[in-house]
Amino acid sequence: MKEFKVTPIRNGTVIDHITMGMALKVLKIIGVAEDVSSTVSVLMHVPSKKAGWKDIVKIEDRELDPKELDRIALISPNATINIIRDYNVAEKFVVEVPNVVKGVMKCSNPGCITNQNEPVEPEFVVESKKPITLRCVYCDRLTTEIAENIQ
Amino acid sequence: MSTDFKGMDVVSIRDFSREQIEHVLRLAEKMVPIAKGEERSVMLEGRILGTVFYEPSTRTRLSFESAMSRLGGKCLGFGEPKISSVAKGETLADTIRMIDSYCDAIVLRHTQEGAARLAGHFARKPVINAGDGAGQHPTQTMLDLFTIRKEKKKIEGNHVVIVGDLKYGRTVHSLSEALAMFGAELTFVAPPNLQIPKEHLKAIEAMGHKPKISSTLGEALKDADVLYVTRIQKERFPDLAEYQKVAGTYRIDMPMLKDVKSDLIIMHPLPRVGEIAPEVDETPHAKYFEQAFNGVPVRMALLGLVLGGLK
Ligand SMILES: Nc1ncnc2c1ncn2[C@@H]1O[C@H](COP(=O)(O)OP(=O)(O)OP(=O)(O)O)[C@@H](O)[C@H]1O
Ligand SMILES: [Mg+2]
Ligand SMILES: [Zn+2]
Repeated sequence: MKEFKVTPIRNGTVIDHITMGMALKVLKIIGVAEDVSSTVSVLMHVPSKKAGWKDIVKIEDRELDPKELDRIALISPNATINIIRDYNVAEKFVVEVPNVVKGVMKCSNPGCITNQNEPVEPEFVVESKKPITLRCVYCDRLTTEIAENIQ
Repeated sequence: MSTDFKGMDVVSIRDFSREQIEHVLRLAEKMVPIAKGEERSVMLEGRILGTVFYEPSTRTRLSFESAMSRLGGKCLGFGEPKISSVAKGETLADTIRMIDSYCDAIVLRHTQEGAARLAGHFARKPVINAGDGAGQHPTQTMLDLFTIRKEKKKIEGNHVVIVGDLKYGRTVHSLSEALAMFGAELTFVAPPNLQIPKEHLKAIEAMGHKPKISSTLGEALKDADVLYVTRIQKERFPDLAEYQKVAGTYRIDMPMLKDVKSDLIIMHPLPRVGEIAPEVDETPHAKYFEQAFNGVPVRMALLGLVLGGLK
C-alpha cells in the first residue's frame, strides 16, 4: 500500500532512501533555490522498511541530469531514483557512485592548488566505494568527507 | 608502461613503474662523467629549460641549471616570484602558459600541493615537479634511490632506517613508498607526533612489507644499511625546550655510530641544521654530499629523456 505524506505528483522525480539527514544537501545539489519552476517536497526522518530512517525528496516536472545524480550518489549511495509519469513509477534505479568525480566537490586539502583561484575544476578518482573515498587528482589527498565539500 | 619518456611530465614518483625508474637510474650512471665536467656533451644544445620557482631553493634549482648547462642547453626563469608578474596576482595557469611558449621544458617548485599536475595540464611542454608544497618531489626520490643503488649496488634487501620528521617531511613519503616498491626493508624512527602518516604506512603494507616503527634510534641502527636523516622543524613543537629535547635525541654523532655496520651509509636531503654532527662528515659513512651531487646526473638523465635527447 502506498502511503502518501504529500499530494501525489503527476510527473517528476522521487528521490527515495536518501541517507537520513542528507535531504537538505540533496536540495542544494538539485539547485532548488536557483531554479523555481516546480514544486519540491521534502520528507525527513521517514521510517524505512529497508534500514532505519531515511529522507525523501519529490520534485515535480523535472528529471535529474547525470551530474546531479553523481553528486547525490556521493552523499547518499543508496538513494533510489523513481521517475514518475502520469502518477506511476515509470522508472526506478539506484544511483551509482561514479569512478571519476569532476567539478562536483572541492578538495578538502586547504593547501591544494585547486582551492586557489586557478581556472580548473577539482577532480577526484574514487579509490573506494565503501566507504566512499576520493583521491584528489592534483594533490593526491584522500578524503571521505564528501558532504562537507560538495558544491 | 613504456620507457618512452619524450614529452612526459614528471609529477609524482607514483606515475613511474619500477622498470621506468631503473631506466632513469641506469642512464644517470652514464651521465656522471659529464656531470663532473670530465666529458662534454651537446645533447641538449639549443634547448631551453624554464625554471619556475615560487619558493626559494638552492640545491634543486642549481642542480637543474647545472644539469641543463652540462648538456649544452640553457635556462631561463625566476626564483623570486616577488619580482615577476606573479606578484601582480597572475594565476599559475597563465604564468605556465607564458613560460611554455618560451622554452622546451619546465621545472616547477610551488607552495601549493598539486601545482605541478595543474601546470602539466596547461603546458604543452613537459613539466618536471621540483616540489609542490607538502606534496611530491620526484626527482629528489630518484636521486635518493640513485645514491643507495650506487653505494650499495642494489636497493633490494637493504635495511633503510628513516629518522626525523616523517609526518610533514616532503621527501620521506615518496621515498619510502619507492623503497618499498624496490624491496627495501624499512624502519621509521620519529617522535610519536611526527611519525609516518597511516595513509603512507598502508600504501607500503599494500606492497607486502611490514615496516618497523620506533621512537628511538638505538636498536634499529645496529643492523641498518642506510640511515636517512631528515630535518625536524622547530615550528612543529609547542615550545623551544621540547624541540631541543627531541632534536637532541636524534642527533647523529660519533658515539651514536659506535656499533653500526662498517658499511652503513648516512644520507640527508640537506640543508641540515644540527641533525648530523660535523665530525661525522669525515667518516666513510657520510654520503650526503655525494647525494647532493647525484642530483645533477639524475636530473640530466630526466631532462635528456623528456626532451628526447636520450631514449
Ligand atoms: N505519484 C507519486 N507521487 C509522489 N510520490 C510517489 C508517487 N508514486 C510513487 N511515489 C513515491 O516514490 C517512492 C517509490 O514508490 P514505489 O511505489 O516504487 O514504492 P516501494 O515499492 O516502496 O519502492 P522501494 O522498493 O524503492 O522502496 C515511494 O516513496 C513512493 O511514496
Ligand atoms: Mg519503499
Ligand atoms: Zn587536492
